[in-house]
Amino acid sequence: MRIVEGPELYFPQEKAPAPVADLAHKAASCRVYRVMIRFENVTKVYDQNARPALDSVSLEIDRGEFAFLVGASGSGKSTFLRLVLKEDRATSGIVYVAGQNVANISSWRVPRLRRGIGVVFQDFRLLPQKNVFANVAFAMQVIGKSRSVIRDTVPEVLKTVGLEGKERRMPHELSGGEQQRVAIARAVVNRPGILLADEPTGNLDPTTSMGIMGVLDKINQNGTTVVMATHDDDIVNEMRKRVVELKNGKVIRDEARALYTSMIPVVGQSRRLKDASGREEAADANLPRTDRSPRSREDQL
Amino acid sequence: MRLQFILGEIGSGLRRNLSMVVSVILVTFVSLTFVGAAGMLQLQINQMKGYWYDKVQVAIFLCGDGSTAAGCATGTVTPEQQENLRTLLESPAVSQYINDFQFESKEDAYKHFKEQFSNSPIVDSVTPDQLPASFRINMKDPEKYEIISETFASQPGVETVIDQRQVLERLFSVMNAASLVAVSIAGVMTVCAILLIATTIRLSAFSRRRETGIMRLVGASKIVIQLPFILEGVIAAVIGAAMASGTLWAVAHFFLGEYMSKQYPDTAFISPAQTLLLAPALIGLGVVLAGTSSLLTLRRYLRV
Repeated sequence: MRIVEGPELYFPQEKAPAPVADLAHKAASCRVYRVMIRFENVTKVYDQNARPALDSVSLEIDRGEFAFLVGASGSGKSTFLRLVLKEDRATSGIVYVAGQNVANISSWRVPRLRRGIGVVFQDFRLLPQKNVFANVAFAMQVIGKSRSVIRDTVPEVLKTVGLEGKERRMPHELSGGEQQRVAIARAVVNRPGILLADEPTGNLDPTTSMGIMGVLDKINQNGTTVVMATHDDDIVNEMRKRVVELKNGKVIRDEARALYTSMIPVVGQSRRLKDASGREEAADANLPRTDRSPRSREDQL
Repeated sequence: MRLQFILGEIGSGLRRNLSMVVSVILVTFVSLTFVGAAGMLQLQINQMKGYWYDKVQVAIFLCGDGSTAAGCATGTVTPEQQENLRTLLESPAVSQYINDFQFESKEDAYKHFKEQFSNSPIVDSVTPDQLPASFRINMKDPEKYEIISETFASQPGVETVIDQRQVLERLFSVMNAASLVAVSIAGVMTVCAILLIATTIRLSAFSRRRETGIMRLVGASKIVIQLPFILEGVIAAVIGAAMASGTLWAVAHFFLGEYMSKQYPDTAFISPAQTLLLAPALIGLGVVLAGTSSLLTLRRYLRV
């Protein structure tokens, strides 16, 4: 499998650290290396009069981790992803991606940052007049990969996402799940260290969604850090990965191997208290870093 | 690979936006034709000025073989008459009005004539003998032309005294006015061209926003994303400029070369080859025009 051989390759600016006498500094830089995405008190305000889209969010996502971002529409999930891609600037706070403060990346080097990050969307965003092969190859062409490299790599990636033999199909001839697989292939064909997925299963039925999750999991197994924003509780519950829950721009829950809905009740609140209380002890092992607030599933749907 | 990719993008952009591209070509064509016309008028003025125009004001033509003027009763000017005229020019009475003067022999006259009329068939039928020798005078004050004229017109050996500047200046002022008009029209058309190129690029960027969005996400550099759009505008403008250059060449070749030079054989016209000197300037202007307007448009309408 060639998709991900070693994520450190994908961030050329992340060179081996120069020998540093200062131990503390060395320790700090090691920590940066382990962490793929790091938010330090990040606030993003789009409109001065409205509440911030992200409100002093601090978060770390390690290399090779698989994390779900959950929360209602407007909770700040997309803003989080946009800040990682440097599509927007944080109003305050610092965003590190692969050890680099994105605020310090000059605009002409932003493309390089983005080459290290694959992105998948709910609406696939394929080019309708190009076939499957050309859609995936497009991502390599625009960054100047040679034709022979493209010829070798694309079929391999298509195989990884389970689209062998469908190179010549046009997007409209594919099912939604297959289209999303093409989009994933395009996102990972340049072997990024990070894969961001914004509601990748939002347009798909549950069975197809599970197939897509299998592909994302496979990519994650190969060492790519995956951050997936989603509303899909079945998937989150099935995968049992880290869950970061956002509400009104704040992180209200951050649990490892968690479920979509928090299992930690707050005394005297919520009609879901009862069914949640049954598993209270189990969930307690993963104490959230922030305030506990159980959310009802109905809120989400 | 990247070059091929960019070329492919340009091709698809041009095809998708064909009607707009054609209008950009036509507008740049018209505007640059007017720019070129102004340039051609200036070239023509230079051509007509000939060798002496900027150096002297007054010419004293000496008698030749067939001269019929009163001063030419003795036939072709003799060396003595010529010497007398030179002495007179150097005498204080005359020299106070002139800066300097030069003698143009028949051979010199032939040489200058050949240069000025190089594009005209007339040059083949003229020999040095047919051209008069002359004294060319640079006046301190061109208004004092009358003094020279009165002094020399009746001298033996002098055929005629001409203030060349007076003859040509009126014509030149008309031609300068014409080139001013051409430049003004060109200015308006250029504004048109700039706006049209901007609109075209904007449409093009909009119709391909899906592609550019994906290019951005996978980390394509700014150049790879923007270059196809810029080159689209530039290619259209270059085609327009080439058409304008062709038109100017055709005007010089068919109108000036084949029609006007037969109607006015004693006027020196510019050659079609000279108008081709304007072509690089027009093409350069087109490139700069299209390049800047599309660059500025992209800055606003294409996020990178």
